[in-house]
Amino acid sequence: MNNEIEILSVSEVTRRIKRLLEGGFRSIRLQGEVSNFKQHAPSGHMYFTLKDESSAISAVMWRSRVGSLTFMPEDGMKVVVSGRLAVYEVRGTYQIDVYSMQPLGMGDLQIAFEKLKQRLASEGLFNAEFKIPIPRFPERIGIVTSPSGAALHDLLTVLKRRQPSVAVIVRPVKVQGPGAARDIATAIDEMNEFDGADIVILARGGGSLEDLWAFNEEVVARSIFRSKLPIVSAVGHEIDFTIADFVADMRAPTPSAAAELVVEDRGSLLDIIRNNWYTTHESVLSVLKNRKDHIRHLLRSHAFNRPIDDLRQMSQRIDEIDRSMGLSVAHLVALQGAHLHSFDRRIRSLDPEAVLRRGYVMVSKGEHIVDSSKRLHRGDHIELRFHDGNIPSTVTKG
Amino acid sequence: MTAPKRDPKQQSFEHSLKRLEEIVEQLEEGNVPLEQSIKMYEEGINLSKACVEKLLRAEQKVKSLAKDIEGNFHLFDVEPE
Repeated sequence: MNNEIEILSVSEVTRRIKRLLEGGFRSIRLQGEVSNFKQHAPSGHMYFTLKDESSAISAVMWRSRVGSLTFMPEDGMKVVVSGRLAVYEVRGTYQIDVYSMQPLGMGDLQIAFEKLKQRLASEGLFNAEFKIPIPRFPERIGIVTSPSGAALHDLLTVLKRRQPSVAVIVRPVKVQGPGAARDIATAIDEMNEFDGADIVILARGGGSLEDLWAFNEEVVARSIFRSKLPIVSAVGHEIDFTIADFVADMRAPTPSAAAELVVEDRGSLLDIIRNNWYTTHESVLSVLKNRKDHIRHLLRSHAFNRPIDDLRQMSQRIDEIDRSMGLSVAHLVALQGAHLHSFDRRIRSLDPEAVLRRGYVMVSKGEHIVDSSKRLHRGDHIELRFHDGNIPSTVTKG
Repeated sequence: MTAPKRDPKQQSFEHSLKRLEEIVEQLEEGNVPLEQSIKMYEEGINLSKACVEKLLRAEQKVKSLAKDIEGNFHLFDVEPE
């Protein structure tokens, strides 16, 4: 009887198993726990076992596909893999040939996130050329966030501390749950329509991937991309990245950080203005002083009275301008503790005497300072000004 | 309502500071004629004063934006915390 059954070679059996198995499980998704994970160093292929309570299956992920992984698998990790069953004929074993793998738990949302991210990236929504520059000194800050959340509280606290003078316009929104994404998108559109802010901060405090989900939806991405106002995203904690972060013109790690990035500290701004004011004052005084010196010198050789008179009038005008503005160095410095050193040094570097003391010479012809050799011709009478006196000279070549 | 537009006479802080920096730069170069340097001085002092005053406006103003069904915008006061 046994003779009626065909005798097969090992290869033939294996070939039949292969055909059955590979044909029957062409494309499967499989979930299980990773164990015996090894990445073969020279080849880069990954070998591991997927198991559940009662069974196990060998798995392999070839190097060419390893590049698409967004995480590093480890023993004990629960994953979902896509692939096909394959028979390894040499040893008569079967295994799953893994095309892609996601950590379980972040499963569906994570997949949706990756898909949308790839699609929007390929459309160019994240491209640098579409980023709107962030204004240096916004005076009107728009905020799109939950009216009751910690994010708004943090933003207002930091804005108030750094620069209470900025105006804040809040467009309250639902930041999670059904309809939240649509609400956020509408809010961004409305901020643009209203056009009463220089910049818009899109904020939400920390939460799970599900909590932050509205910021990963396409309607929000599209409205950020459409916005003519620069958008700063400040969603979740530092480690949370949302689609909104990629489309936004700037990403801040947290709402507090957004306020720090957007608004400069009042004290340092006052310093900048004070330095500029001081330099203006000193530059003009030094121009006047140079003029005075020059005229004084002219007076030695000529009988000139009018220019010195003009000069006195100008000095007086400066005093009057200062008085009418109600400003003085002392007053400005008193506004916010003095940091005189930095601009003191800057002023000193402007003092022409200091330059002359370093060995430079200033050349003047008539009333004008000569700043180019092309202005001089043979026979011109010029003056060489040293830090300690002037020498009249004549150009002998030219 | 529409957004409160800036008073055109009142320049933005950014613009004022930029102009102030230009003035300082030109004055530092030192070849501005005297009469003009005094005009620039006056302008610079005015700008500084406007900037400082703007910065020293003390209280934080927070408004809440709402759009009604007819599509008009309204700003409501929000009590700063």
